[in-house]
Amino acid sequence: MIEIKNLCKVFGDKRAVDDVSFRVEEGEIMGFLGPNGAGKSTTLNILTGYLSATSGTCLVDGMDILEQPLEAKRNIGFLPEMPPLYTDMTVKEYLNFIYDLKGCTFPREQHLREICDVVKIGDVFGRLIGNLSKGYRQRVGIAQALIGNPRVLIFDEPTVGLDPKQIIDIRNLIRMLGKEHTIILSTHILPEVQAVCDRIVVINKGKLVANEKTEDLVTAVDGSRKMVAKIVGPQEDVLKALRTVAGIRTVEVLGKRDTDSISYLIESEERVDARKPLFYMLSTKGWPLVGLEGVELSLEDIFIRLVGESRRKSRKGGEG
Amino acid sequence: MFAIYKRELRSYFITPIGYIFCGVFLLVSGLLFYQCTLARQSMDSLNMYFLLLICVFAILIPLLTMKLLAEDRRSKTEQLLMTAPVSLTGMILGKYFAALTIYGCTFLVNAFNFVLLYRYGNPNTAAIFANILGVFLLGAAFVAIGLFLSSLTQNQLIAAVSSIGVIVAMLLLYLIGDAIPYAWLRSVLQWFSVLDRYIPFMNQSLSIPAVVYYLSLSAVFVFLTVRVYDKRRWS
Repeated sequence: MIEIKNLCKVFGDKRAVDDVSFRVEEGEIMGFLGPNGAGKSTTLNILTGYLSATSGTCLVDGMDILEQPLEAKRNIGFLPEMPPLYTDMTVKEYLNFIYDLKGCTFPREQHLREICDVVKIGDVFGRLIGNLSKGYRQRVGIAQALIGNPRVLIFDEPTVGLDPKQIIDIRNLIRMLGKEHTIILSTHILPEVQAVCDRIVVINKGKLVANEKTEDLVTAVDGSRKMVAKIVGPQEDVLKALRTVAGIRTVEVLGKRDTDSISYLIESEERVDARKPLFYMLSTKGWPLVGLEGVELSLEDIFIRLVGESRRKSRKGGEG
Repeated sequence: MFAIYKRELRSYFITPIGYIFCGVFLLVSGLLFYQCTLARQSMDSLNMYFLLLICVFAILIPLLTMKLLAEDRRSKTEQLLMTAPVSLTGMILGKYFAALTIYGCTFLVNAFNFVLLYRYGNPNTAAIFANILGVFLLGAAFVAIGLFLSSLTQNQLIAAVSSIGVIVAMLLLYLIGDAIPYAWLRSVLQWFSVLDRYIPFMNQSLSIPAVVYYLSLSAVFVFLTVRVYDKRRWS
């Protein structure tokens, strides 16, 4: 459905996007993950025709965004990082304007009503956009992208600045839209893509780092686990005993975080589940385990791992 | 393109700017008209009225055009327009015609002033029509200049002040021209000077070269605006 080939974008002497290629198949929800300033927005802006690429091509449904811009754009609904809203219009006026702008031919009233039902903005339909809260504005932004029923939806960081409940609402909405549309969801939050996407493309400093199925990527970076264990018992003895457990690589004392237990940061060997041996060891010693939780990988950890892995691979390739 | 035109036209009357433009235009023009014709009991200074009106445009029209593109750029709504299935030219023309419509309609209302003249005397109809056409075309060119300068910045004030500056400079070419001792340079400046081009209209004649000149001045600035947007995409 979408095909990006060898995309490069140079701003002055900065390479914002450097030789990025990927495909998104029909009906897929693709997560586009990267830290701030990685080139996510630039890539999406090129894909939607707002910017032009320095080199490389973007095809939407087989049409080049530069050569057949109008036809290609008709297939795309885009929610930019900042929802492009006219604050001096009411939601109704705004959506009608978008409807005209996109030159839609559906029955107007019905089409707009359906979209308002989907994104749940029916109750603010007559209000000025300038007076709406951030969450509602985001929804109006999504509604705008949905008008004309485009086959591809592109959302650039749709949950930034929303409260947790709104974030969940928007994620559910995206998951629902994913049943009928091809979606690209850009974000810098890993759990978000894990929750919603079929496939993840990771980009860092303008370069493609990974392009894998969500499960594959998560297990790849999740191979070695970090966890925090809260154990009641004498610190020195516990520490010594922990180091003897099979599968545990390092143990670090985090100190007393509770009234009676001491917290330890435990890192297990790659692809080994050390939780069971840990539990049996503690129970034979008679030290109660009052808490055990996994430490979620931050995006930085993922990059270090992914970048490290790709370097290892390329080094191996060089030797072979 | 029509959607953008419609929205832009509406936005003039959501914000006070449209009312201010119409109101001030009609008020100032009415006063000038009264001073130049009715108060003097003669129509000899009709040309004077139109020249003064052109000077008023130098300030009023930039107020009309300053927000056209600068506002969209500041509020990021241009991203919406540029990713919608509308060509750049369509988007810019939509905005240009919206401002032109406000200006043109106000000008049309203003033209009713002349009806008064027919009550009190026997005015020279040819002179009136030639002048109206000339001033309208001149104003249309100013709208294009304002549009162009609005595309260069995201600050409306900068757009307005620089448009006023450029338009005043173009009007002043008329005075500068006479002061230049080199004949070749003088003729070049006079060729470009918007007021030198206006002289035939004051003499009640419809000068085709002048009409073409004003129309192409508008076209050139609209074209340049499109190029500004095109270039921004590539850099």
